Amino acid sequence: MAKCVMKHLLALLLFLCAAPALAAVKVLATVPEWGALAREIGGERVEATSATSALQDPHRIEARPSLIARARAADLLIAVGAELEIGWLPVLLRESGNRRIQPGQPGHLEAAALVRLRDVPETVDRAMGDVHAAGDPHFHLDPRNIVPVAEALAERLAQIDPAGAQDYRANLARFLARWRDAIARWEGEGASLRGVSFLQAHRSFGYLAHWLGLENRGELEPKPGIEPGSGHLSRLVDRQRRAPAAMILRAAYQDERAGRWVAEHTGIPLVMLPYTVGGTPRAGDLFGLFDDTLARLKSAVSSAPP
Amino acid sequence: MQSRVLLAAMACAFVWPAAAAENPESAQLAAELAALREQIAQMKTAYEGRIAALEEKLASARREERVDAAASAPPPPAQSAARGASAFNPEVSLVLQGAYTSRKEVEERHIGGFVPAAHHHDEDGHGGDRRGLTLDHTELVLAANIDPNFRGQATLAVLDGEVELEEAWFQTTALGHGAGIKAGRFLSGIGYLNEQHAHQWDFYEQPLMYKALFGEHGYTQDGVQVKWVAPLAAFVELGVEAGRGQNFPGDERNLDGFNSRAVFARVGGDIGASHSWRAGLSWLQTRADARENHFESEAFGEVHGAFSGRSRMWIADLVYKWAPDGNPARRNFKLQAEYFQRKESGHLAVEDEEGGEALESPWRTRQSGYYIAGVYQFAPNWRAGLRYDQLRSGRQFLGDNPAGIDLVDYRPRRFSAMVDYSWSEFSRLRLQWSRDRAMPGVTDNQVTLQYVMSLGSHGAHKF
Repeated sequence: MAKCVMKHLLALLLFLCAAPALAAVKVLATVPEWGALAREIGGERVEATSATSALQDPHRIEARPSLIARARAADLLIAVGAELEIGWLPVLLRESGNRRIQPGQPGHLEAAALVRLRDVPETVDRAMGDVHAAGDPHFHLDPRNIVPVAEALAERLAQIDPAGAQDYRANLARFLARWRDAIARWEGEGASLRGVSFLQAHRSFGYLAHWLGLENRGELEPKPGIEPGSGHLSRLVDRQRRAPAAMILRAAYQDERAGRWVAEHTGIPLVMLPYTVGGTPRAGDLFGLFDDTLARLKSAVSSAPP
Repeated sequence: MQSRVLLAAMACAFVWPAAAAENPESAQLAAELAALREQIAQMKTAYEGRIAALEEKLASARREERVDAAASAPPPPAQSAARGASAFNPEVSLVLQGAYTSRKEVEERHIGGFVPAAHHHDEDGHGGDRRGLTLDHTELVLAANIDPNFRGQATLAVLDGEVELEEAWFQTTALGHGAGIKAGRFLSGIGYLNEQHAHQWDFYEQPLMYKALFGEHGYTQDGVQVKWVAPLAAFVELGVEAGRGQNFPGDERNLDGFNSRAVFARVGGDIGASHSWRAGLSWLQTRADARENHFESEAFGEVHGAFSGRSRMWIADLVYKWAPDGNPARRNFKLQAEYFQRKESGHLAVEDEEGGEALESPWRTRQSGYYIAGVYQFAPNWRAGLRYDQLRSGRQFLGDNPAGIDLVDYRPRRFSAMVDYSWSEFSRLRLQWSRDRAMPGVTDNQVTLQYVMSLGSHGAHKF
């Protein structure tokens, strides 16, 4: 009887150990947008997951045991970089004991290294709050920045899984064609948003604003990463009389209280944007993310008081 | 070169016509001049064509660039944050800690029924036993990747007149297959709280359990640790350690081998998006060779006792964390609990104060204890927590006890409540109240106001 149980246990253990080897290329993205991109480029050949969801603040995640187990199994890690994940990714990488995804390996792809970051601070001091020395890391909200990451991702996948190189390049070409068409469409739809001014909960929408020509009138956080206080919010309400903003933007994961307070005291709408894939039901993939973002911005503009 | 020929030809073209009118050989010269003029005209049209083509190329390149936008342009070199020699400097972090403590004046603080873990900090109190305004040790951490294969870290605890090397280790980063090796002086991987430094604690003092087991700092190994994460969907981690074992409950034995060995196993995972947990089981064994302590004896008053023998313990730990949708930014909750059992077996040699003949007796103990703590972040920046500590002096067997040592049968316990405020993740102020009954017959109500400030590149913390 005991022997039989042992045999079964051994078989189970062997199966569990062997299972990862049989599966597709395992991609672990730190944030949902790169997980979604890996699904576009990798197609059936990859199993892409994201370490965080759209309802989680990517700055403030813990290196949970489940994430260590996933990092242990990953063939490719896609990170944002620019210090966005500095509070948890270094621990995750070290604890995973996975050589393939360490910095400098083909299985470690840092998206921020592929794009030109905006708002690079001239000096860095913690008195300025939680500033990112390398620049604003929320660059995926300019859809043109997705292009170089997609290209690099296809190359890395081809390097890690040479048998699928043809598929990855074909998927990339198909994706880029669709993506360029979509950008043209979004730019057409977004033309009416040019010059619209906004407040934002955190400095999350700088690239979106730059792309669509929106005007940033400030953040609800007094300093990056510092919780909004009543004094700062009152000053924003006061300033609204002199330099009015048309709306307040917040990401799905950001708390709505501060934004709602300012909205109530100024009469401008508080607009929740998906920010990343999965932030709203419609933002199911990268195309849906921008479709929904534009739809929400446009409906806020049309409903805003003149 | 070409432009010089052009200039010479142009000069000729201007000078020659004047001479041609007066000279009889002018007919031939005029013909040559016409040929030259023709050549110049041809060169001019050729160059104009080439310039136009170049301009066109430049313009089309600019257009393409605009189409692909700034997006695909390579990042400017200025973006790489640290450059030059300073780029290789280690990450430096400094933690400032201090407190105001109000508590009873007690001559010799100890934990009833437990042999104190001797520690050189005991004389100056090390914050723990002192009253009023105190500066706790300042922690300096230096860490960096050494090369593609190794990472190193040193942690120095600085206090008046002394620098203690808390940690100094290197670890492998490129072994792969889930394995990692750490060597040097490091906080042992046993238990949950053992690997955490004082600034990470949720309460001002560590639990009674850790103080009874290891003294002020948790268990530090001078040795080697091998860890392995199993290639499974769930988190399973195994670790073994071998060390010099000079710290309590062992002592300095100067062996040609190792005096402490530890084994630990951890499992963990998520339950839905909002819950995560980790559980572990650890085992540690060391030996002591004449580990000295003071004891109270009925016959001789205060005496020296030296324990020689084996000390073994196991620790079970559990951590559970909750955050709505897995986003701890606004609200989160953490529950942690640890339980230990320690067995010591060997003999005790007792000398009285005059240094007379040693009295030998067997020494067999089995002691246990636990703590359970919950910390709730109820609003951004605000946390509140409760903790309960309890130990059991358990079985203490000294045979006939020829030295007549007082054996205290006691259950030390303490209850703590705290609330803390963090302006950012780098600054924290904590107010704590504790009802401490660690010593028989003493109920000490303690109030502490503590600050923890982190400067510099503060590394990420573990789960």
